[in-house]
Amino acid sequence: MITKALFIFLTFLAIFFALRVVSTKNPIHSVLYLVLTFFAIAGHYILLNAQFLAVVHIIVYAGAIMVLFLFVIMLLNLNKETEPHKSVWLKSSAVVASGLLLVVLVGALRGAEAIQTTNTFNSNIGLIENLGMTLFNEFLLPFELASILLLAAMVGAVMLGKKSIK
Amino acid sequence: MSAIQIVPIEWYLFLSIVLFTIGVAGVLLRRNAIIIFMSIELMLNAVNLLLVAFSSYLSDSKGQVFVFFIMAVAAAEVAVGLAILMMVYRNTKSSDINILNKLKW
Repeated sequence: MITKALFIFLTFLAIFFALRVVSTKNPIHSVLYLVLTFFAIAGHYILLNAQFLAVVHIIVYAGAIMVLFLFVIMLLNLNKETEPHKSVWLKSSAVVASGLLLVVLVGALRGAEAIQTTNTFNSNIGLIENLGMTLFNEFLLPFELASILLLAAMVGAVMLGKKSIK
Repeated sequence: MSAIQIVPIEWYLFLSIVLFTIGVAGVLLRRNAIIIFMSIELMLNAVNLLLVAFSSYLSDSKGQVFVFFIMAVAAAEVAVGLAILMMVYRNTKSSDINILNKLKW
């Protein structure tokens, strides 16, 4: 089945690139691997019939946020492998702790019963038309609040970035 | 035809768990503040993926609207976080989080 094969391929890519993000020494390579992870996740969105979100994901994450990261790394000259290393003991305890989290989450959700869906399957919910109807009918107030949040974030970032704050 | 009709929802669940755990491991393992930020982005994306999968599974577009809001909040968070990081770098000449263990110096 081609869809299943695509799912497994994209999953493999996403997990591999995510591991590379964490394990690469050079921050620039880390950012580029994260962009590739985001492309794999966007592929998952397309497989799930969420085309609009896939496009927005690529534009916002790969296009805007990651460029911001690259910009800061270039600006601060962090592209050298100067990161001091944690001790082996700390590293192995971090790996053990996150591995235990994985085991707990998988163990908690493995035997969970699937929700019985009451809606009939509709492949059009990811289109802009339906998303827009939901967004502007049921989520109008959060949508307006998001604009205030973005304004506050912009003012805050400009204030923090200024040379000297009196 | 959607992947959710062929691929079981559990597979998406486990994929999201693995991505989230990699993000947690990144926060615990690394000392560079920028890479810790990227690990947080990875965790947010794991949650986004799960929201989209369940939204598609239940044929309910509310989950995808939530993803939309998470993206807006993530963009705001990154902008402010990187500005803070710039300030920290200007004061300490380093992006190592182990220097930041005191509130004032």
